[in-house]
Amino acid sequence: MAAGHAHPLYRAGDSAVHRLPAHVKIVVAFVFVLAVVATPREAFAVFGCHLLLLAGVWVVARIPPGWLATRALIEAPFVVLAVLLPFFAAGPRVEWWGMSLSVDGLLAGWNILVKGTLGVLVSVTLAATTPLRDLVSGLSRLRVPAMVCVIATLMLRYLEVIVAEARRMRLARVSRGHDPRFVWQLGATVRSVGALFLRSYERGERVHLAMLSRGYTGTMPAFTTAPASTATWSVALLPAAAAVVCAASGYWVR
Amino acid sequence: MRGVGILGAVSSPPSLEVSGLAFAYPDGHQALFGVDLRIERGERVALLGPNGAGKTTLVLHLNGVHRAGAGEVRVGGLEVTREHVQEIRRRVGIVFQDPDDQLFMPTVGDDVAFGPANFGVTEPELSQRVSDALDAVGMADLADRSPMHLSGGQRRRVALATVLACDPEILVLDEPSTHLDPVARRELAEVLLGLDRTMLMVTHDLPYALQLCPRSVVIDGGVVVADAPTWDILADPDLLAAHRLELPFGFAL
Ligand SMILES: Nc1ncnc2c1ncn2[C@@H]1O[C@H](COP(=O)(O)OP(=O)(O)O)[C@@H](O)[C@H]1O
Ligand SMILES: [Mg+2]
Repeated sequence: MAAGHAHPLYRAGDSAVHRLPAHVKIVVAFVFVLAVVATPREAFAVFGCHLLLLAGVWVVARIPPGWLATRALIEAPFVVLAVLLPFFAAGPRVEWWGMSLSVDGLLAGWNILVKGTLGVLVSVTLAATTPLRDLVSGLSRLRVPAMVCVIATLMLRYLEVIVAEARRMRLARVSRGHDPRFVWQLGATVRSVGALFLRSYERGERVHLAMLSRGYTGTMPAFTTAPASTATWSVALLPAAAAVVCAASGYWVR
Repeated sequence: MRGVGILGAVSSPPSLEVSGLAFAYPDGHQALFGVDLRIERGERVALLGPNGAGKTTLVLHLNGVHRAGAGEVRVGGLEVTREHVQEIRRRVGIVFQDPDDQLFMPTVGDDVAFGPANFGVTEPELSQRVSDALDAVGMADLADRSPMHLSGGQRRRVALATVLACDPEILVLDEPSTHLDPVARRELAEVLLGLDRTMLMVTHDLPYALQLCPRSVVIDGGVVVADAPTWDILADPDLLAAHRLELPFGFAL
């Protein structure tokens, strides 16, 4: 696949997972996440099965677990929530090391933690094996409305531009003695967020003008993505199907 | 008006014909007061003038973003009207001032394909157009890159390619040399000189105008105040001073 065209979560490679059409991977990831979410929270072993299935995908895609772990850190806020829940939830309580914890809260925290982690891992796996452009064309192949694809495309492109702009503005502030660690200087940061918003808005207008000038009439031209064969679909759907079976067995063994 | 060529053939209509064009913004600010401008096919013309003269406003009339309050604009003989707007936009290729506004697709190749695809070009011709346009600006091997990872000069040339891929009748460049280092500026000039297309170049960079455009038009206060060979205009210090134009330090004709 195209070298040099990456996003921070993309890990270039040529594995079977990388070569799968993007729309197939999106569907598989979606079904997998649904299966994880539908798994009853007390079916502890089933979550282990989900993780094993995912690990299988990582082996095929040659993604090291350490690489995944660092990228999965975006879920840290959920972890905090999960840790707090047992202390504050109501209902029957258990004693643990002298602390009184809510059973319901424990289960709820575990529920958030395990499902959140698995969901993030599935998403990171999808992103790690699929370049941005393919993700968008995959969405449009799945008949996601044109407007959503337009917005997604533009967001992908301009997120980088806006981040670079924010970095330049921060540098300009810092080089004039601004130290954002001091609370009383927060005002400057807030104002520059406002300026950033305005600049982004003005850019939006200019981009729209540039699009019109090249014949844009409201739909992105469809960029060719090959359809996937039945064989590809059935192989790719295997892990997702396995996850669904695991989730269902969770209800049965309960 | 159609003239008869030397060999008796009917000559082609001018690439651009602006007559009596006046325009006021919705807030009532009048930006153009009767502009006349005729550019023959194959000409390269510089559009000079101070900030606020109305250059960008004029450019946005050429492809129907603004509609003439009075007067008319014709591109290759076709009048700019609501019905023709799509064909007009194919014929007028505008390269905007900031390449980041122009390059909005995730990869260079997709971006170059955007225009022709909108104008109904399909595969396999589409891929051909993309590679031809990238070839013409010397960027053939960058089709898969994100525009974010290109240098300023490369971005400018890719922006040019996105417009060339539409095969325009006239190429319009808004301040093409801003933010370019000297080498990138020269490389862009070489690309532009090699194109052999009708060109209208908005610029403050007078030496660049001299290098690229045999003819210059000066616009100020919404009217054309001079239309002459670029050399003559740059050699007239009173004219330059009257319209806030200035040659760089040490430059004299
Ligand atoms: N959107 C707008 N609304 C009102 N006035 C405008 C707008 N854009 C430009 N103008 C005014 O029209 C005049 C011509 O502007 P412009 O064509 O952008 O000049 P130039 O490109 O030559 O610097 C200026 O006086 C400017 O303030
Ligand atoms: Mg301007």
